[in-house]
Amino acid sequence: MNAILKTEHLNLWYGQNHALKDINLEMPQNQVTALIGPSGCGKSTFLKTLDRMNDLVPSVRIEGKVMYRDQNIFDPQVDVTWLRRHVGMVFQKPNPFPMSIYDNIAYGPRTHGIRGKKQLDEIVEKSLQGAAIWDEVKDRLKKSALSLSGGQQQRICIARAMAVEPDVLLMDEATSALDPISTSKIEDLIAELKKTYTIVIVTHNMQQATRVSDRCAFFLHGELVEADDTEKLFSVPKDKRTEDYITGRFG
Amino acid sequence: MEHLSWNRRIYDRGLRALLYLCAGITVALLVFMIGYVFYRGLGGITWEFLTTQRSLIKGTDGILPNILNTLYIIFLSMIIVLPLGVGAAIYLTEYATNHKLLSIIEFATETLTGIPSIIFGLVGMLFFQQIMGLKYGILGGGLTLVIMILPTIVRTTQESLKTVPQSYREGALGLGAGKWRMVRTVVLPNAVDGIVTGCILAVGRIVGESAALLFTAGMGGVLHNFADALTTSSGTLSVALYVAVNERGDVQTALAIAAVLMVITLLINLLAMVAGSRLKNK
Ligand SMILES: Nc1ncnc2c1ncn2[C@@H]1O[C@H](COP(=O)(O)OP(=O)(O)OP(=O)(O)O)[C@@H](O)[C@H]1O
Ligand SMILES: [Mg+2]
Repeated sequence: MNAILKTEHLNLWYGQNHALKDINLEMPQNQVTALIGPSGCGKSTFLKTLDRMNDLVPSVRIEGKVMYRDQNIFDPQVDVTWLRRHVGMVFQKPNPFPMSIYDNIAYGPRTHGIRGKKQLDEIVEKSLQGAAIWDEVKDRLKKSALSLSGGQQQRICIARAMAVEPDVLLMDEATSALDPISTSKIEDLIAELKKTYTIVIVTHNMQQATRVSDRCAFFLHGELVEADDTEKLFSVPKDKRTEDYITGRFG
Repeated sequence: MEHLSWNRRIYDRGLRALLYLCAGITVALLVFMIGYVFYRGLGGITWEFLTTQRSLIKGTDGILPNILNTLYIIFLSMIIVLPLGVGAAIYLTEYATNHKLLSIIEFATETLTGIPSIIFGLVGMLFFQQIMGLKYGILGGGLTLVIMILPTIVRTTQESLKTVPQSYREGALGLGAGKWRMVRTVVLPNAVDGIVTGCILAVGRIVGESAALLFTAGMGGVLHNFADALTTSSGTLSVALYVAVNERGDVQTALAIAAVLMVITLLINLLAMVAGSRLKNK
C-alpha cells in the first residue's frame, strides 16, 4: 500500500479547543478514503489541514506531521501555493466564482502561468469532460457559472479543481447540498476519478461511504477511533464506538 | 378570532399609511429643495456666468474659475485618496492579522468620519501652511480634503470587502492562488459597487465642503491653470457661494452657483456609476 498522504501524530488546537488528537492516518494512492463521524468531531478540520486551509484561522496551532509524498507540508520551505496546486479541495457548498464557466475552469491554470488560448481551451474541455458536465455546458461556456443548478455548480467546482491537475482531491461533504440525481452523478464521478487521483471525502451518509470508498476512517471527539478497509469497518468494526455509530445508535 | 384579525387589519393599514407618509415627506422635501434651487437659480445661469471670471474692470461676473477649482480639487483629492484608502482597506481586511490593533484602527477611522470639517480645515492650515510652508491653494486644500475623506473611503471599502463571500477566497486559495491574486481577481471585482459608493460620497463631501477649504485652499476667484492653482488661493464653488452670500449679500448669484453645484454633483455621480459598471464587467 502506497500512502501518498500520511499524518503522523497530528494535533490541532483552535485556541484552547483540542480539535484533533494525535491522528495517524494513511491515505493510499488511487483510493477513496472516507472520513465519517458525528458533527463536530473534526472531519472538516482534518481535511483542511491536509491542504493547509487552516492557515486562514488566526487562533490555530498545529503539531505533528502531514507527509505528502515524503514532504512534511509544514516545513518552512514548503510553499502553500505549491501544496494546494497538488492537493485540491472541493467545498461543501458549491462555490463557483461569479465569472463565466470558462473563466472558472481556467482560473487555476491561469494562476499557474498558462496563458495560451489554445492550451486553456483544451484544459477547459478536458476538465469539464472529466467532471461529466461537458455536454451540459459546452454551448454556454461564456455564461455565468452562477446560472447553473447546484449540482452543476458542484461539478463545475470539481472540474475547476481538476484543471490544475492535482494529485489529491479533498471533498468536504461535496454532495450534501445536492439532490439524489446530482449526488449519484458525483458518486459515479468519484469512482471514475480515483483512477487518476487519490481522493479523500467527508460524508455524513453511511451508504455513500460504503458505495464510494475503499478505506474508511471513523472520527469521534477529535480522535481517530478506527481506520480500515471500508468493507471490514462496516462488517466487523473493531471498536465498540464504531459499531454504535455505524448502526445508528448515536451521532 | 374575527375581532383580532379586524384589529390586525386596521393596524396594518395604519402602519402602511404612516410609512407611505414618511416616504412621501422625504420625496416632497427633496423635490422642493431641488426644485427651489433650480427655480430660483437657473435664471441666473447665463453663458457669460459660466465662462468668465468676476472682473470689475471688464464688468463681468462669472464663476468659471470656481468651476475649474472645484474640478481641480476633486481630481487632486481623489487621485490621492482612492489608491491610499482602497490600499489601506485591502491591507486591513485581507492581510492584517493583529485583531486588537485592527479594531483600534477601525474605531479610529469610524470616529474620524464624524469629526466636523472645520477642524480638518484648522489642522490643515496649521500643518500644511505653517509647518510644511505651503501657500493657500488647491494643493493645501486638496491634501486637507484627502485627510478628511480618507476615513470614509477606508470604511466603505472595508465594508464592501467584507461582503465578498469567504467561499470565493477559499476557492481561489484552494486552487493555489497567492493572496494578491485572490484579492485582485475575486475580491476586488466583487467589491467595486461599494467602492464606487464610497467615491460618490467622497465627491459629495468635496463638492459641498466650504469650512475646511476657507483656511486652506482660499477664496480666490481668478482664472488659473491646474499647476498655478495648486499654490494660489483658489475658491471652489461652495466657497464662492459662501463668499457671495456672506461678503456681498448676493443671494441671486449664490442660488445660481447652487444650481451649478447640483448639476456637477449629478454628472460626477453618473460618471462614477458608469465607470463602476465598466470595471465590474471587465
Ligand atoms: N474556524 C474555527 N475556529 C474555531 N473552532 C473551530 C473552527 N472550525 C471548527 N472549529 C471547532 O473544531 C471542532 C471540529 O469542527 P469540524 O468543523 O472539523 O467538525 P466536523 O466533523 O467537520 O463537523 P460537521 O460534520 O458538522 O461538519 C468543533 O468543535 C468546532 O467547533
Ligand atoms: Mg464539516
